[in-house]
Amino acid sequence: MELSLRDVGHVYGAVDVLSDITMDIPGGRILCIVGPSGCGKSTLLRLIGGLERPTRGAILQQGAPPEGCLNPLTYVFQDFALLPWRTVEGNVRLVLEDHRLGAEAVERIVADVLARTRLSDFRRALPRQLSGGMKQRVAIARALAVNPAVMLMDDLVGLWTRAPFTSVYVTHNLAEAVRLGHRIVVLSRRPGRIAETVDIDMALEDRRADHPDLLRDQQRLWAVMRDEARAADAELVDG
Amino acid sequence: MADPVPFRGGGFAPRTKRGVGLIVFVGLIAFLEWGTRAGFISALTLPRPSDVLAEFGHFYRSGRLWDNLLPSLERLVVGATFGATAGIAVGFAMGLFSYARAGLVPLVAAIFPIPKIALLPLFVIWFGIDEASKYALIAFGTFTPTVVATYGAVDNVDRTLIRMGQSFGLSWFSITRKIVLPGAMPGILSGLRISLAIAIILLVAAEMLGAQTGVGAYILEAGSLYNLERLFVGVSILSMLGVTVSFIIGRIERRLLRWRS
Repeated sequence: MELSLRDVGHVYGAVDVLSDITMDIPGGRILCIVGPSGCGKSTLLRLIGGLERPTRGAILQQGAPPEGCLNPLTYVFQDFALLPWRTVEGNVRLVLEDHRLGAEAVERIVADVLARTRLSDFRRALPRQLSGGMKQRVAIARALAVNPAVMLMDDLVGLWTRAPFTSVYVTHNLAEAVRLGHRIVVLSRRPGRIAETVDIDMALEDRRADHPDLLRDQQRLWAVMRDEARAADAELVDG
Repeated sequence: MADPVPFRGGGFAPRTKRGVGLIVFVGLIAFLEWGTRAGFISALTLPRPSDVLAEFGHFYRSGRLWDNLLPSLERLVVGATFGATAGIAVGFAMGLFSYARAGLVPLVAAIFPIPKIALLPLFVIWFGIDEASKYALIAFGTFTPTVVATYGAVDNVDRTLIRMGQSFGLSWFSITRKIVLPGAMPGILSGLRISLAIAIILLVAAEMLGAQTGVGAYILEAGSLYNLERLFVGVSILSMLGVTVSFIIGRIERRLLRWRS
């Protein structure tokens, strides 16, 4: 499934958060959104996930979600949003319960996603007993359980790359974006606009940190980000 | 010279200490017993604990304990169940729906400070002099604090969890039952602790104003005869009732809120 954004802008009260965002999110690929803090990255992701209505513009989805997809646009929250009163298994089951899949199918999906996130031994653990990284894996397991067409991830540590779905990944780690993204969008400081878009065609498994092409892309993006950060600092000082 | 790093953590984590509460009780009663026997607490100031116990034994053997306790328990259970159920339902509505909130918050604020016992004559006119007016009084008294606690608890449920439910396409009913209700449970239960204590207070008040039997009627009778032993038997029964209610809620909390500690 592909998504495209047309002239999207967003306003919180009197604050212009995002402006003139037009981009395509190609199906089955990984899009990384990077930018200085407070540039509206997370807001953009919430808009794409349908959790907020954009003030201007439109967000369109093209193509039908694949067979067996329970929740086409699936969002992984920055703070994971696990229910503290449910076990790891219960948190995964939560998103399947409304779909009337039958006990067997639910059990098969739960066992599968917990195995894929290496959480099978922690089925009965409560969120408070888990480390931050493990909580994140529970959130990812829960997202995988609904077989998403597009996975929207807000500032996760490390990325789920071996996936058949489209991914939109918000990060402030440029090196990671260059290592894992097929397309990288740099947002400017507030109001967030697209400052730069870079497509990296190299296959993910060929990417090495010291590959000259990657270094060149990274340096170019870094320069854009540095200028944005400098301008943002200057605005703070001039106040 | 090297000093160890000063330890600044710890504390702010009360733990269960078994038996400490009991020691406080026993110590206090032993002190009163000793004081009344030694004579520096006169018999007019406080009755001797052993006399109160003897009076309680008499009360129990004569069968009057059950004659008075059972009607009181029935009033408490019926009244508090109605009041708490309605309070949780209305509090939920106020927590979830804008119109319910806008319409009812001022109303609840207006009703809350009214001493409900002042309304007993009104309830007697509405529901008759029998049990129904006592049920209504206890229910009404339990209702308002439960509403306030439930409304606040629902309001405090983490919105991120609700957004998460929506982002996975959960139905409104699922979100309410699986996210809002468990999230509000700690606040609802601590509200119930207060509501049920108020219910006991109102139970006694209602029984003092118009009942032949019941712990309240028994206390009133003892009080008007200045029979301090009997008065303390009645008051001790109320205390035990309060401790029992608190114990039951503690058990429910332990069971439902196991995920917290």
